Amino acid sequence: MPSTREIRRRIRSVKNLAQITRAMEMVSASKMRRAQRNVLATRPYADRLLDVMGELTGRAVGMRRGTLLEVRPNVKGVALIVVTPDRGLAGSLVTNVLRRAARFTLEEQEKGRMVEIVAIGKKGRDFMVRTHQRLVAEKIKLGDYPRLTDILGIATHVVNGFLTGRYDEVHVLYSQFVNTLVQRPTTRRLLPIEPPHEPADRMVDYTYEPSQEEVLHELLPRFVEVQLYQAVLEAIASEHSARMVAMRNATDNAKDLQRDLTLSYNKTRQANITKEVSEIASGAAALAEM
Amino acid sequence: MPIHLEIVTAERVVLSDDVDMINAPTKDGRVGILPRHAPLLTILEVGELDIIKDGVTMPFAISGGFMEVLPTRVTILADTAERADEIDEARAEEARRAAEQRIAERKSAQDLALAEAELRRALIQLKVAQLKKVRRDK
Repeated sequence: MPSTREIRRRIRSVKNLAQITRAMEMVSASKMRRAQRNVLATRPYADRLLDVMGELTGRAVGMRRGTLLEVRPNVKGVALIVVTPDRGLAGSLVTNVLRRAARFTLEEQEKGRMVEIVAIGKKGRDFMVRTHQRLVAEKIKLGDYPRLTDILGIATHVVNGFLTGRYDEVHVLYSQFVNTLVQRPTTRRLLPIEPPHEPADRMVDYTYEPSQEEVLHELLPRFVEVQLYQAVLEAIASEHSARMVAMRNATDNAKDLQRDLTLSYNKTRQANITKEVSEIASGAAALAEM
Repeated sequence: MPIHLEIVTAERVVLSDDVDMINAPTKDGRVGILPRHAPLLTILEVGELDIIKDGVTMPFAISGGFMEVLPTRVTILADTAERADEIDEARAEEARRAAEQRIAERKSAQDLALAEAELRRALIQLKVAQLKKVRRDK
């Protein structure tokens, strides 16, 4: 049985641990709220872009060839953008995303397609290097509140890759923020762009300057950028909520452990006192008999 | 009859207000938008965007994007948009110097084009920031 001093020391260290995990939980909670706000802030832009794109693609089905809308019948090259956190301690979040990435790669390869990986986030980058995947581009240390310009390099890489025929499809894999407790690994196709279905009554006869083609040509890459940006922001919100929940569990476990230790501390202390009392009593009895 | 103007970027809604006139830098030159303009969809360039409301001009520095014009509603989808008083002059100045340096180095054609684009942006930011100052001095 450990001594009371040893138990006291363990209680103290568990208490310190609980304090740290509790602090991390609160930090993640506030970062999560801000990240969620950032996700919502991209909606007006994305929605308006989608509206404008709907007007354009609805009336100009013939001009899809050679643009980011072109659906290719024979898919050979695929790019997968994997969005993960830079840091761990986020429960099973990273594992879930990476497992999905491995499955995606395998399935595509079985169809005879070549898969190239683009990693956003250190966890995913390290995994791809470790498992010898075809990692062609990476972006790490984005921080908690990235700007759109931070992901432009990646967006440009996949857009150019698509236009030059290196990629026939581009997908992004990230953990979708469903709610605080649920984050779901999700794959979304970035390219070719899925044109929105525009209701006919919203059609307006615009004048396009300089021309319809040029407006579309400028518009489509922006749509890819904002979709990727949204995926990254959502992944960040997921990361913080997963970490918050993981840290809450850690705090709860530490509290349980502290309770158990306190109980055994008291038991040991009581046992020691009883032992000493009985030693004194038996010593006194021995003296009285003499 | 005012126009309802919204300036949005991928990161935030920069402005949502009723205004009297918009003067925007498009790819084919500057255009002025008054209420009841014909529907128009145009590409915006790096430049100064002026919003006129109650006789007061409010300048913005924008770095490209789109403008959708409807008779009573205008939406500007900007790559970046900053109101004059939001511009960090020191940072814009820094960006200008860095861009000029890169142009002087002439590493590659692509780098040169990027640096020139950055220089244009920085110059517009500085110009718009100056505009605000002049008006305040009056």
